[in-house]
Amino acid sequence: MTTETAEPVTRSPRAIAWSRRRTSTARFLRNFASYRTGMFGVGILVFFVLVALTAPLIFPVRLLNPNLNLDNESLCHPSWDFYYWLGCDDLGRSVMAELAWGARPSLIVGITASIIAMVIGTLVGIASGHFRGLFGGSMERLTDWFLVLPFVPLVIVLQAVLGQTSIWVTVLVLGITSWPGTARLVRAQTLSVEARPYIERAKVLGNSDWAQMTHHVLPNVMPLVIANTTLTVAIVVLSMTTLAFLGLFDDSIPTSAFEVGGISWGGMLDAADGSGAALLGAWWFLIPPGLCVIAVVLAFTLIGRTLEIVLNPRLGSD
Amino acid sequence: MAQINPSNIESLDLARKGEVQRRPSRVAGLSRFTGRRLLTGLGTLAFVLVVNFFIFQLLPGDPLARYKGAREISAEDLQKLREELDAPIWEQFFNYLKDPLQLDSFSTIQGKHVWDVIWAALPWTLCLLGTATIMATIIGIWIGIRAGWKRGSRFDRVSTGVTLFLYATPEFWLGLILILLFSTGVWIFPGIFPSSSAIDAGVSPGSLEGIISIAYHTILPAAALAAVYLADYSLIMRASMVDELGQDYLTTARAKGLMDRAIRRNHAVPNASLPTITLIFLNIGFVIGGAITVETVFSYPGLGLLTWDAIQNQDLPLLQALFLLFSVSVIVFNILADIAIAIVDPRIRV
Repeated sequence: MTTETAEPVTRSPRAIAWSRRRTSTARFLRNFASYRTGMFGVGILVFFVLVALTAPLIFPVRLLNPNLNLDNESLCHPSWDFYYWLGCDDLGRSVMAELAWGARPSLIVGITASIIAMVIGTLVGIASGHFRGLFGGSMERLTDWFLVLPFVPLVIVLQAVLGQTSIWVTVLVLGITSWPGTARLVRAQTLSVEARPYIERAKVLGNSDWAQMTHHVLPNVMPLVIANTTLTVAIVVLSMTTLAFLGLFDDSIPTSAFEVGGISWGGMLDAADGSGAALLGAWWFLIPPGLCVIAVVLAFTLIGRTLEIVLNPRLGSD
Repeated sequence: MAQINPSNIESLDLARKGEVQRRPSRVAGLSRFTGRRLLTGLGTLAFVLVVNFFIFQLLPGDPLARYKGAREISAEDLQKLREELDAPIWEQFFNYLKDPLQLDSFSTIQGKHVWDVIWAALPWTLCLLGTATIMATIIGIWIGIRAGWKRGSRFDRVSTGVTLFLYATPEFWLGLILILLFSTGVWIFPGIFPSSSAIDAGVSPGSLEGIISIAYHTILPAAALAAVYLADYSLIMRASMVDELGQDYLTTARAKGLMDRAIRRNHAVPNASLPTITLIFLNIGFVIGGAITVETVFSYPGLGLLTWDAIQNQDLPLLQALFLLFSVSVIVFNILADIAIAIVDPRIRV
């Protein structure tokens, strides 16, 4: 016989699982890439990430220190000098430099606070969906109660009480207030997953609650959680801008390339409002920070919406 | 409803019979639903009180040092306050529960009762938020209906783009831009609107001149708030219009030969507006948040500006009272929204 006998391909279950995961990830990415709005969001985001990373290289830290920029006029007009394409702020600092450095706290606070919210929301959501009785019920109640609290006033009051010493306080405040939406979504998803037969099988085989939740429920809710977290980042960035505008965000001036600190777009708008830039017609100090906030928020919103559509094609009929 | 003689029921046809039996239970269902909703509302209120008490316990430092701040206080009173503050936290919490409104607490910046300060600012905020909500609702729903009905049209694409952009906009930034364009006046824009306060000095709010002055001062801040919230309403309205598009009753209406406009207005819109109307009630928390920054930008003398003053001066009794008021109004509006839907849509009353 010349024909080769088909040799059975022996692969471990783990390898099979991984190859399946690889193909489904590739399919997911191809699918995502076919949405123009989503890719537009990714483009904006990549741009701002690059700006945040390279800010110290392009705009040296001395540009941010008011004492080193005393020669500049307050709110000087835009000029041809690269650093001053967008003029200066009320303290004579380059608006361009502040914009670039301002990308760092926005992205860092936005993403870390949303991850905290994601973890709390997922834990509470899965627990309230999985457990019956007093524990699950009280988790559900807690979510409902937190959902009702007016978000912006709550964040403002918490931050006002805790003070504005460091950006990590803001991360904490936004993280522990932004989770109820995620929790409710995860709870609904958990209930629908747990109604499926394989959970029953897992129970019958004697899996512990922990194993059921981590091996069966979590992988199923995770994609939606990630889409939801992307949308949370948008809200967190907006809230952080509001806090900074009210003077409730760290306003220290970075002294080295490794500090994230102080300069934020909301803080710039606070300074613009305080120095009467709107009444003096200083559009270069007023318009760009707002546009940056909008761009970042829009980027996360577009990515989040596209993720939702890709993961849940029924929404895609839209 | 007229009394129904039970003997007549026999003679009614099945459908009517069903209706007769359903009527009383429908009313009972609604009142039961309302009662249950009020009960959960009370639970939420209790939670708000707990949060409102404990948040302000997080504060580092000596509360008395801050409390003294602006006004004269006798050594006796100080001693009494000191004793109150030295009590165990649970005792303090029970004391707080006896008087959650803190009727005797003073605003440290203004030296008046906090509720007097709030009461004076409240009408301005109601005026601003009322105007903004009406503007946002009308324009947002109109855009949503048109965009959803002609899905994929140029109007749809442009308006969805614009509303997503507005959705991402900080309201106070929009306020600053409106000041730049319409108060300062740059390029071709006329600087005709005032940039601060809610009424011209020395004008009585009751007079015709006063009302015109108020309208003149309210238009820019209301527009800034409305532009951001109309995005929310139009996106939801559009989505629910799109949901209705494929429904059988619209095909039936078309088959009857009704005009497109009539189908849209009389059939699709009433069914699609429910989620949007709920959202208007539910959004009150976000609208209050927006009012804080927008009133600050325009120095509009409402609760938002008061909140900003309280933050800047660490006026905690005032901040605590404001937070309580904001939370309670959100709870009340949530309950109203649920009851309103239950009246319109009986399926909700489970």
